Amino acid sequence: MAGSKEIRTKIKSVENTRKITKAMEMVAASKMRKAQDRMRASRPYAEKIRNVAAHLSYTQPDFKHPFLIKRDVVKNVGLIVVSSDKGLCGGLNTNMLRMSVNQMKTWETEGKNIKVSAFGSKGLSFMTRVGADVQSHATGLGDVPHLETLIGSIKVMLDAFESGEIDQLFICYTKFINTMKQEPVMEQLLPLSGDKMGSPAGNWAYIYEPEPEPVINELMTRYIESLIYSAVAENMASEQSSRMVAMKAASDNAKTVIGDLKLVYNKARQAAITKEISEIVGGAAAISG
Amino acid sequence: MANTVHVDVVSAEEEIFSGLAEFIAAPASAGEVGVYPHHAPMITTIKPGALRIKLPDTAEETLIFISGGILEVQPGLVTVLADTAIRGHDLDEAKAIAAKAAAEEAMKNKASDMDYAKAQAELAEAVAQIQAIERLRRK
Repeated sequence: MAGSKEIRTKIKSVENTRKITKAMEMVAASKMRKAQDRMRASRPYAEKIRNVAAHLSYTQPDFKHPFLIKRDVVKNVGLIVVSSDKGLCGGLNTNMLRMSVNQMKTWETEGKNIKVSAFGSKGLSFMTRVGADVQSHATGLGDVPHLETLIGSIKVMLDAFESGEIDQLFICYTKFINTMKQEPVMEQLLPLSGDKMGSPAGNWAYIYEPEPEPVINELMTRYIESLIYSAVAENMASEQSSRMVAMKAASDNAKTVIGDLKLVYNKARQAAITKEISEIVGGAAAISG
Repeated sequence: MANTVHVDVVSAEEEIFSGLAEFIAAPASAGEVGVYPHHAPMITTIKPGALRIKLPDTAEETLIFISGGILEVQPGLVTVLADTAIRGHDLDEAKAIAAKAAAEEAMKNKASDMDYAKAQAELAEAVAQIQAIERLRRK
Protein backbone atom coordinates (compact mmCIF):
# COMPACT_ATOMS: atom_id res chain seq x y z
CA MET A 1 0.00 0.00 0.00
CA ALA A 2 2.20 2.79 -1.31
CA GLY A 3 1.91 6.23 0.25
CA SER A 4 -0.66 5.34 2.90
CA LYS A 5 1.81 5.75 5.72
CA GLU A 6 2.76 9.20 4.43
CA ILE A 7 -0.89 10.19 4.25
CA ARG A 8 -1.47 8.95 7.81
CA THR A 9 1.47 11.04 9.07
CA LYS A 10 0.17 14.05 7.20
CA ILE A 11 -3.32 13.66 8.71
CA LYS A 12 -1.80 13.38 12.16
CA SER A 13 0.24 16.55 11.67
CA VAL A 14 -2.73 18.56 10.39
CA GLU A 15 -4.77 17.30 13.34
CA ASN A 16 -2.08 18.57 15.70
CA THR A 17 -2.06 21.94 13.99
CA ARG A 18 -5.80 22.09 14.32
CA LYS A 19 -5.59 21.42 18.04
CA ILE A 20 -3.25 24.38 18.42
CA THR A 21 -5.31 26.78 16.33
CA LYS A 22 -8.44 25.67 18.17
CA ALA A 23 -6.79 26.35 21.52
CA MET A 24 -5.55 29.74 20.34
CA GLU A 25 -9.03 30.57 19.14
CA MET A 26 -10.49 29.86 22.56
CA VAL A 27 -7.76 31.78 24.37
CA ALA A 28 -8.29 34.76 22.07
CA ALA A 29 -12.05 34.59 22.64
CA SER A 30 -11.68 34.83 26.39
CA LYS A 31 -9.01 37.53 26.16
CA MET A 32 -11.18 39.46 23.74
CA ARG A 33 -13.97 39.76 26.29
CA LYS A 34 -11.55 41.11 28.87
CA ALA A 35 -9.97 43.48 26.36
CA GLN A 36 -13.41 44.80 25.45
CA ASP A 37 -14.21 45.40 29.10
CA ARG A 38 -10.97 47.32 29.51
CA MET A 39 -11.71 49.32 26.42
CA ARG A 40 -15.05 50.30 27.92
CA ALA A 41 -13.47 50.97 31.32
CA SER A 42 -11.25 53.64 29.80
CA ARG A 43 -14.22 55.54 28.43
CA PRO A 44 -15.53 57.31 31.57
CA TYR A 45 -12.13 58.92 32.17
CA ALA A 46 -11.76 59.96 28.54
CA GLU A 47 -15.27 61.39 28.58
CA LYS A 48 -14.71 63.33 31.82
CA ILE A 49 -11.35 64.72 30.83
CA ARG A 50 -12.73 65.72 27.45
CA ASN A 51 -15.48 67.67 29.18
CA VAL A 52 -13.04 69.46 31.45
CA ALA A 53 -10.69 70.25 28.58
CA ALA A 54 -13.58 71.55 26.45
CA HIS A 55 -14.66 73.71 29.33
CA LEU A 56 -11.22 75.15 29.82
CA SER A 57 -10.77 76.05 26.18
CA TYR A 58 -14.07 77.92 26.33
CA THR A 59 -13.65 79.71 29.62
CA GLN A 60 -10.00 80.64 29.15
CA PRO A 61 -9.90 82.37 25.78
CA ASP A 62 -6.96 84.57 26.82
CA PHE A 63 -4.72 81.67 27.72
CA LYS A 64 -4.00 79.44 24.75
CA HIS A 65 -2.26 76.20 25.47
CA PRO A 66 0.40 75.29 22.87
CA PHE A 67 -1.52 72.09 22.10
CA LEU A 68 -4.43 74.16 20.86
CA ILE A 69 -2.53 76.49 18.54
CA LYS A 70 -2.68 75.56 14.90
CA ARG A 71 0.53 76.16 12.99
CA ASP A 72 0.37 77.76 9.56
CA VAL A 73 3.29 75.91 8.03
CA VAL A 74 3.46 72.18 8.59
CA LYS A 75 6.92 70.90 7.82
CA ASN A 76 7.34 68.04 10.26
CA VAL A 77 4.75 65.46 11.13
CA GLY A 78 4.70 63.00 14.01
CA LEU A 79 2.94 59.68 13.74
CA ILE A 80 2.17 57.15 16.43
CA VAL A 81 1.53 53.68 15.06
CA VAL A 82 -0.29 51.33 17.40
CA SER A 83 0.20 47.68 16.53
CA SER A 84 0.12 44.36 18.33
CA ASP A 85 3.07 42.69 20.03
CA LYS A 86 2.32 39.27 18.61
CA GLY A 87 1.43 38.03 15.18
CA LEU A 88 -1.13 35.44 14.02
CA CYS A 89 -3.93 37.94 14.08
CA GLY A 90 -4.97 38.07 10.42
CA GLY A 91 -4.57 41.28 8.50
CA LEU A 92 -4.75 43.54 11.56
CA ASN A 93 -1.23 44.97 11.53
CA THR A 94 -0.84 44.76 7.78
CA ASN A 95 -3.92 46.85 7.12
CA MET A 96 -2.93 49.42 9.72
CA LEU A 97 0.66 49.65 8.45
CA ARG A 98 -0.49 49.92 4.87
CA MET A 99 -2.65 52.88 5.80
CA SER A 100 0.29 54.50 7.65
CA VAL A 101 2.70 53.94 4.78
CA ASN A 102 0.28 55.38 2.23
CA GLN A 103 -0.21 58.45 4.39
CA MET A 104 3.53 58.76 4.99
CA LYS A 105 4.16 58.61 1.27
CA THR A 106 1.70 61.45 0.73
CA TRP A 107 3.45 63.50 3.39
CA GLU A 108 6.80 62.74 1.83
CA THR A 109 5.68 64.01 -1.57
CA GLU A 110 4.47 67.18 0.17
CA GLY A 111 7.99 67.61 1.45
CA LYS A 112 7.23 66.92 5.11
CA ASN A 113 9.56 65.14 7.46
CA ILE A 114 8.08 62.29 9.42
CA LYS A 115 8.96 61.16 12.91
CA VAL A 116 7.47 57.91 14.08
CA SER A 117 6.66 56.49 17.49
CA ALA A 118 5.86 52.80 17.52
CA PHE A 119 3.67 51.10 20.13
CA GLY A 120 3.78 47.32 19.82
CA SER A 121 6.69 45.31 18.50
CA LYS A 122 5.12 44.44 15.12
CA GLY A 123 4.90 48.08 14.15
CA LEU A 124 8.34 48.80 15.56
CA SER A 125 10.08 46.01 13.66
CA PHE A 126 8.33 47.01 10.45
CA MET A 127 9.21 50.69 10.83
CA THR A 128 12.83 49.91 11.70
CA ARG A 129 13.13 47.49 8.79
CA VAL A 130 11.91 49.97 6.24
CA GLY A 131 14.04 52.73 7.70
CA ALA A 132 11.52 55.18 9.20
CA ASP A 133 12.73 57.74 11.72
CA VAL A 134 11.59 56.06 14.93
CA GLN A 135 11.79 58.51 17.81
CA SER A 136 10.45 56.32 20.58
CA HIS A 137 8.74 53.02 21.07
CA ALA A 138 6.90 50.99 23.66
CA THR A 139 6.79 47.25 23.28
CA GLY A 140 5.86 44.29 25.44
CA LEU A 141 2.58 45.93 26.37
CA GLY A 142 1.11 42.62 27.50
CA ASP A 143 -2.59 41.87 27.64
CA VAL A 144 -3.43 44.76 29.95
CA PRO A 145 -2.40 48.17 28.67
CA HIS A 146 -0.77 50.26 31.36
CA LEU A 147 -0.40 53.98 31.00
CA GLU A 148 2.86 53.76 32.87
CA THR A 149 4.59 51.89 30.03
CA LEU A 150 3.35 54.43 27.50
CA ILE A 151 4.13 57.70 29.29
CA GLY A 152 7.79 57.88 28.25
CA SER A 153 7.11 57.40 24.56
CA ILE A 154 4.15 59.76 24.61
CA LYS A 155 6.23 62.43 26.31
CA VAL A 156 8.91 62.22 23.62
CA MET A 157 6.28 63.10 21.00
CA LEU A 158 4.60 65.79 23.12
CA ASP A 159 7.97 67.40 23.85
CA ALA A 160 8.79 67.30 20.14
CA PHE A 161 5.53 69.12 19.45
CA GLU A 162 6.13 71.76 22.10
CA SER A 163 9.69 72.42 20.98
CA GLY A 164 8.56 72.71 17.36
CA GLU A 165 10.28 69.58 16.09
CA ILE A 166 6.93 68.40 14.81
CA ASP A 167 3.97 70.57 13.82
CA GLN A 168 1.28 67.93 13.80
CA LEU A 169 0.80 64.64 15.57
CA PHE A 170 -1.28 61.78 14.24
CA ILE A 171 -2.15 58.37 15.59
CA CYS A 172 -2.89 55.29 13.52
CA TYR A 173 -4.57 52.31 15.16
CA THR A 174 -7.20 49.68 14.51
CA LYS A 175 -10.66 50.70 15.60
CA PHE A 176 -12.84 48.04 17.13
CA ILE A 177 -16.22 48.11 15.41
CA ASN A 178 -17.48 44.67 16.35
CA THR A 179 -16.11 41.17 16.76
CA MET A 180 -16.04 40.54 13.04
CA LYS A 181 -15.03 44.00 11.92
CA GLN A 182 -12.02 46.12 12.78
CA GLU A 183 -10.89 49.09 10.75
CA PRO A 184 -7.59 50.95 10.65
CA VAL A 185 -8.09 54.65 11.33
CA MET A 186 -5.86 57.68 11.41
CA GLU A 187 -6.69 60.53 13.74
CA GLN A 188 -5.10 63.87 14.42
CA LEU A 189 -4.05 64.37 18.03
CA LEU A 190 -2.19 67.66 17.88
CA PRO A 191 -2.96 70.44 17.53
CA LEU A 192 -6.26 69.71 19.23
CA SER A 193 -9.24 70.92 17.29
CA GLY A 194 -12.05 72.50 19.23
CA ASP A 195 -14.66 70.43 17.40
CA LYS A 196 -13.22 67.21 18.72
CA MET A 197 -13.68 68.33 22.27
CA GLY A 198 -17.21 69.51 21.68
CA SER A 199 -18.98 72.21 23.64
CA PRO A 200 -19.03 72.26 27.44
CA ALA A 201 -22.05 71.25 29.45
CA GLY A 202 -22.43 74.55 31.27
CA ASN A 203 -20.85 77.92 31.63
CA TRP A 204 -19.08 78.76 34.84
CA ALA A 205 -15.70 80.07 35.80
CA TYR A 206 -13.40 77.84 37.79
CA ILE A 207 -11.26 78.75 40.72
CA TYR A 208 -7.78 77.55 39.88
CA GLU A 209 -5.59 76.13 42.57
CA PRO A 210 -2.77 77.15 42.59
CA GLU A 211 -2.57 78.85 39.14
CA PRO A 212 -4.47 78.31 35.87
CA GLU A 213 -1.40 77.63 33.78
CA PRO A 214 0.11 74.57 35.50
CA VAL A 215 -3.34 73.07 35.98
CA ILE A 216 -4.19 73.47 32.31
CA ASN A 217 -0.79 72.13 31.27
CA GLU A 218 -1.26 69.04 33.36
CA LEU A 219 -4.80 68.58 32.15
CA MET A 220 -3.88 68.86 28.47
CA THR A 221 -1.08 66.30 28.83
CA ARG A 222 -3.50 63.96 30.58
CA TYR A 223 -6.07 64.51 27.89
CA ILE A 224 -3.70 63.54 25.09
CA GLU A 225 -2.47 60.58 27.11
CA SER A 226 -6.00 59.38 27.67
CA LEU A 227 -6.70 59.61 23.93
CA ILE A 228 -3.60 57.53 23.21
CA TYR A 229 -4.42 55.09 25.99
CA SER A 230 -7.92 54.59 24.59
CA ALA A 231 -6.43 53.93 21.17
CA VAL A 232 -4.08 51.31 22.63
CA ALA A 233 -6.91 49.67 24.60
CA GLU A 234 -9.08 49.63 21.50
CA ASN A 235 -6.25 48.20 19.42
CA MET A 236 -5.87 45.35 21.91
CA ALA A 237 -9.55 44.48 21.68
CA SER A 238 -9.23 44.53 17.90
CA GLU A 239 -6.14 42.34 18.08
CA GLN A 240 -7.84 39.66 20.15
CA SER A 241 -10.99 39.53 18.06
CA SER A 242 -8.97 39.56 14.85
CA ARG A 243 -6.87 36.71 16.19
CA MET A 244 -9.96 34.79 17.21
CA VAL A 245 -11.42 35.10 13.71
CA ALA A 246 -8.11 34.18 12.07
CA MET A 247 -7.68 31.12 14.28
CA LYS A 248 -11.25 30.02 13.68
CA ALA A 249 -10.61 30.21 9.96
CA ALA A 250 -7.39 28.24 10.40
CA SER A 251 -9.21 25.53 12.38
CA ASP A 252 -11.90 25.31 9.71
CA ASN A 253 -9.26 25.06 7.02
CA ALA A 254 -7.51 22.29 8.91
CA LYS A 255 -10.80 20.44 9.12
CA THR A 256 -11.28 20.63 5.35
CA VAL A 257 -7.72 19.51 4.73
CA ILE A 258 -8.17 16.54 7.09
CA GLY A 259 -11.39 15.58 5.26
CA ASP A 260 -9.66 15.68 1.90
CA LEU A 261 -6.69 13.68 3.14
CA LYS A 262 -8.95 11.02 4.69
CA LEU A 263 -10.73 10.62 1.39
CA VAL A 264 -7.43 10.10 -0.42
CA TYR A 265 -6.30 7.69 2.29
CA ASN A 266 -9.46 5.58 2.12
CA LYS A 267 -9.34 5.46 -1.67
CA ALA A 268 -5.76 4.24 -1.54
CA ARG A 269 -6.70 1.68 1.10
CA GLN A 270 -9.63 0.35 -0.94
CA ALA A 271 -7.57 0.20 -4.09
CA ALA A 272 -4.99 -1.88 -2.22
CA ILE A 273 -7.65 -4.28 -0.89
CA THR A 274 -9.24 -4.68 -4.33
CA LYS A 275 -5.85 -5.39 -5.80
CA GLU A 276 -5.12 -8.00 -3.15
CA ILE A 277 -8.45 -9.80 -3.67
CA SER A 278 -8.01 -9.92 -7.41
CA GLU A 279 -4.51 -11.32 -6.92
CA ILE A 280 -5.83 -14.05 -4.59
CA VAL A 281 -8.66 -14.90 -6.95
CA GLY A 282 -6.27 -14.95 -9.86
CA GLY A 283 -3.85 -17.19 -7.91
CA ALA A 284 -6.62 -19.62 -6.85
CA ALA A 285 -7.88 -19.86 -10.44
CA ALA A 286 -4.39 -20.68 -11.66
CA ILE A 287 -3.98 -23.53 -9.08
CA SER A 288 -7.42 -25.12 -9.63
CA GLY A 289 -7.13 -24.70 -13.39
CA MET B 1 -32.11 63.16 53.26
CA ALA B 2 -28.77 64.68 53.84
CA ASN B 3 -27.27 67.30 51.58
CA THR B 4 -25.17 65.41 49.06
CA VAL B 5 -23.08 65.85 45.94
CA HIS B 6 -22.34 63.35 43.20
CA VAL B 7 -18.75 62.13 43.14
CA ASP B 8 -16.97 60.31 40.32
CA VAL B 9 -13.48 58.96 40.79
CA VAL B 10 -12.10 57.68 37.50
CA SER B 11 -8.70 56.66 36.25
CA ALA B 12 -7.66 56.04 32.65
CA GLU B 13 -7.83 52.31 33.28
CA GLU B 14 -11.03 51.97 35.29
CA GLU B 15 -13.87 53.64 37.13
CA ILE B 16 -12.98 53.62 40.81
CA PHE B 17 -15.94 55.19 42.57
CA SER B 18 -19.23 56.71 41.58
CA GLY B 19 -21.98 57.78 43.93
CA LEU B 20 -23.32 60.38 46.33
CA ALA B 21 -21.26 61.83 49.15
CA GLU B 22 -21.68 64.34 51.96
CA PHE B 23 -18.10 65.47 52.04
CA ILE B 24 -14.87 64.89 50.14
CA ALA B 25 -11.33 65.69 51.24
CA ALA B 26 -8.55 65.56 48.70
CA PRO B 27 -4.78 66.15 49.00
CA ALA B 28 -4.47 69.11 46.63
CA SER B 29 -1.04 70.28 45.59
CA ALA B 30 -1.45 73.46 47.64
CA GLY B 31 -2.71 71.63 50.73
CA GLU B 32 -5.67 69.46 51.59
CA VAL B 33 -9.02 70.71 50.38
CA GLY B 34 -12.42 69.75 51.68
CA VAL B 35 -15.44 69.91 49.43
CA TYR B 36 -18.99 70.13 50.72
CA PRO B 37 -22.06 70.18 48.48
CA HIS B 38 -22.58 73.54 46.69
CA HIS B 39 -18.89 74.26 46.57
CA ALA B 40 -17.85 76.87 44.03
CA PRO B 41 -16.51 75.50 40.70
CA MET B 42 -12.86 74.74 41.20
CA ILE B 43 -10.09 72.86 39.47
CA THR B 44 -6.85 71.79 41.09
CA THR B 45 -4.09 69.24 40.83
CA ILE B 46 -3.73 66.61 43.54
CA LYS B 47 -0.68 65.08 45.12
CA PRO B 48 -0.34 61.38 45.89
CA GLY B 49 -2.36 60.66 49.00
CA ALA B 50 -5.64 59.46 50.38
CA LEU B 51 -8.96 60.71 49.13
CA ARG B 52 -11.59 60.71 51.86
CA ILE B 53 -15.21 60.40 50.86
CA LYS B 54 -17.95 60.54 53.46
CA LEU B 55 -20.96 58.64 52.26
CA PRO B 56 -24.43 59.73 53.34
CA ASP B 57 -25.95 58.02 56.39
CA THR B 58 -22.72 56.43 57.50
CA ALA B 59 -20.28 57.60 60.09
CA GLU B 60 -17.30 56.10 58.32
CA GLU B 61 -15.33 57.56 55.47
CA THR B 62 -14.27 55.68 52.37
CA LEU B 63 -10.57 55.97 51.75
CA ILE B 64 -9.17 55.78 48.24
CA PHE B 65 -5.46 56.06 47.68
CA ILE B 66 -4.57 57.94 44.54
CA SER B 67 -1.17 58.66 43.10
CA GLY B 68 -2.06 62.16 41.96
CA GLY B 69 -4.40 63.61 39.39
CA ILE B 70 -6.89 66.42 38.99
CA LEU B 71 -9.86 67.41 41.12
CA GLU B 72 -12.67 69.20 39.41
CA VAL B 73 -15.68 70.69 41.18
CA GLN B 74 -18.72 71.60 39.13
CA PRO B 75 -22.05 72.64 40.59
CA GLY B 76 -23.51 69.37 41.85
CA LEU B 77 -20.70 67.20 40.55
CA VAL B 78 -17.22 66.44 41.79
CA THR B 79 -14.84 64.60 39.48
CA VAL B 80 -11.51 63.17 40.48
CA LEU B 81 -9.35 62.26 37.51
CA ALA B 82 -6.91 59.92 39.16
CA ASP B 83 -3.53 58.96 37.76
CA THR B 84 -2.74 55.29 37.51
CA ALA B 85 0.98 55.77 37.66
CA ILE B 86 3.11 57.70 40.09
CA ARG B 87 3.89 60.89 38.28
CA GLY B 88 6.30 63.68 38.70
CA HIS B 89 8.14 65.98 36.38
CA ASP B 90 11.50 64.28 36.96
CA LEU B 91 9.99 60.81 36.73
CA ASP B 92 8.27 61.61 33.43
CA GLU B 93 11.46 63.14 32.15
CA ALA B 94 13.44 60.05 33.08
CA LYS B 95 10.89 57.85 31.30
CA ALA B 96 11.05 60.00 28.18
CA ILE B 97 14.84 59.86 28.16
CA ALA B 98 14.76 56.08 28.62
CA ALA B 99 12.25 55.72 25.78
CA LYS B 100 14.40 57.87 23.52
CA ALA B 101 17.56 55.95 24.33
CA ALA B 102 15.79 52.65 23.63
CA ALA B 103 14.60 53.98 20.29
CA GLU B 104 18.09 55.15 19.33
CA GLU B 105 19.47 51.76 20.29
CA ALA B 106 16.90 50.05 18.10
CA MET B 107 17.62 52.38 15.20
CA LYS B 108 21.37 51.86 15.12
CA ASN B 109 21.37 49.38 12.27
CA LYS B 110 18.71 50.90 10.14
CA ALA B 111 18.83 52.16 6.58
CA SER B 112 19.34 55.89 6.19
CA ASP B 113 16.00 56.78 4.65
CA MET B 114 12.53 55.37 4.74
CA ASP B 115 12.40 53.00 1.82
CA TYR B 116 8.83 53.22 0.60
CA ALA B 117 9.30 50.75 -2.21
CA LYS B 118 10.52 48.17 0.28
CA ALA B 119 7.72 48.97 2.72
CA GLN B 120 5.07 48.63 0.07
CA ALA B 121 6.57 45.46 -1.32
CA GLU B 122 6.54 43.91 2.14
CA LEU B 123 2.97 44.96 2.76
CA ALA B 124 1.85 43.78 -0.68
CA GLU B 125 3.35 40.40 0.06
CA ALA B 126 1.52 40.17 3.37
CA VAL B 127 -1.74 41.22 1.75
CA ALA B 128 -1.28 38.62 -0.99
CA GLN B 129 -0.75 35.97 1.67
CA ILE B 130 -3.93 36.95 3.46
CA GLN B 131 -5.88 36.96 0.22
CA ALA B 132 -4.52 33.55 -0.70
CA ILE B 133 -5.64 32.21 2.67
CA GLU B 134 -9.09 33.69 2.17
CA ARG B 135 -9.38 32.16 -1.28
CA LEU B 136 -8.32 28.82 0.15
CA ARG B 137 -10.97 29.13 2.83
CA ARG B 138 -13.72 29.83 0.32
CA LYS B 139 -12.77 26.86 -1.82
